[in-house]
Amino acid sequence: MSDLGFDPTLKKKKKAKKPESDVSESPAPAGEIDDMFAGLKKKKKSKKPVDDTTEASASPAADDLTDTFGDLTLKKKKKKSVKSLDAADFDQQLEEAGLEDISQTNDDDNSASTAGGPPYEDLLSRFFGILKKNNPELAGNRSGPKFRIPPPVCQREGSKKTLFANVQEIATVLQRNPEHLIQFLFAELGTSGSIDGEKRLVLKGKFQPKQMESVLRRYILEYVTCKTCKSMNTELKRESANRLHFLSCKACGSTRSVSSIKTGFQAQIGKRKRM
Amino acid sequence: MSTIQNLNAFDPFADTGDSEAQPTNYIHIRIQQRNGRKTLTTVQGVPQEYDLKKILKVLKKDFACNGNIVKDDDLGEVIQLQGDQRTKVSEFLTTQLQLPKKNIKIHGF
Ligand SMILES: [Zn+2]
Repeated sequence: MSDLGFDPTLKKKKKAKKPESDVSESPAPAGEIDDMFAGLKKKKKSKKPVDDTTEASASPAADDLTDTFGDLTLKKKKKKSVKSLDAADFDQQLEEAGLEDISQTNDDDNSASTAGGPPYEDLLSRFFGILKKNNPELAGNRSGPKFRIPPPVCQREGSKKTLFANVQEIATVLQRNPEHLIQFLFAELGTSGSIDGEKRLVLKGKFQPKQMESVLRRYILEYVTCKTCKSMNTELKRESANRLHFLSCKACGSTRSVSSIKTGFQAQIGKRKRM
Repeated sequence: MSTIQNLNAFDPFADTGDSEAQPTNYIHIRIQQRNGRKTLTTVQGVPQEYDLKKILKVLKKDFACNGNIVKDDDLGEVIQLQGDQRTKVSEFLTTQLQLPKKNIKIHGF
């Protein structure tokens, strides 16, 4: 209902932008309110900081209010500038945006030190937006589509065995020796198996593709991804001197040792141990 | 020394348990498939100071399953439980025995 009362002033503002600065020059409360709404409607552009300074001398309470709304307008301006950044001439526009930024923050600092510049989240998201647009390989998705791991294909082989059809393919994508991956699968699943004529893996026991996936995920975490840069473009080497396995990253060059696959305890299943 | 809280629980220079010398560092909980849809849970590497027999007794009652202790020449005593008790065993080890969670490795799917 109070909005209704203020409606006419809003409309007035829409029609004529000029008078508001005149009003704000005089330290009347009505002028301050007008100012607030102007801020909300982001009508004012570069004129804003001047008003702020004039009001700062007038009344400190109103100053706080205008500051907060001033912040709002700043935010909106920022988003606009991001939107306007097209692929046309990025560097130049970035420079412009940067300059604009600096001038805005300067205004902010002049008018009130409490505002503390544009919000960090806005700047961060803007930075990543620009980075993704221009240098996508630097913005996180380093591995790209090259390391899409195909989902494991598991078929039932009879009632007791599982056919893991694409082990070879997955091992190639991961740049690992299939033997190594198979050894890990055997150890983790506590089973054994063999490779058939078409290079598919036959596992003893029933396993769902989903279960296979979780084991594969663990394998990748342990033996494929680089702990430093999270890249999957790595190489597993066996140092002949100390017989340890080392994982060296092709993306960042870091090296770490990995533990050898240990089967651990395997319970006797089926036939009893011969006494 | 002891004022640095971070160093109390974990010694960064301690053996990680990866080497052959200290196989008892990690507690491995594994699952194996038996005939049909039956499974078997094995708990390997419970520290020596615990009485495995007593633990087994409690586990059997808590999980309502059968189980036994198998002596392995290299790996020491191993608890075997019927069915998939992996998460329950892990919870028991952390809450009842106050074993650190990072020392427990759950294997299998
Ligand atoms: Zn790396």
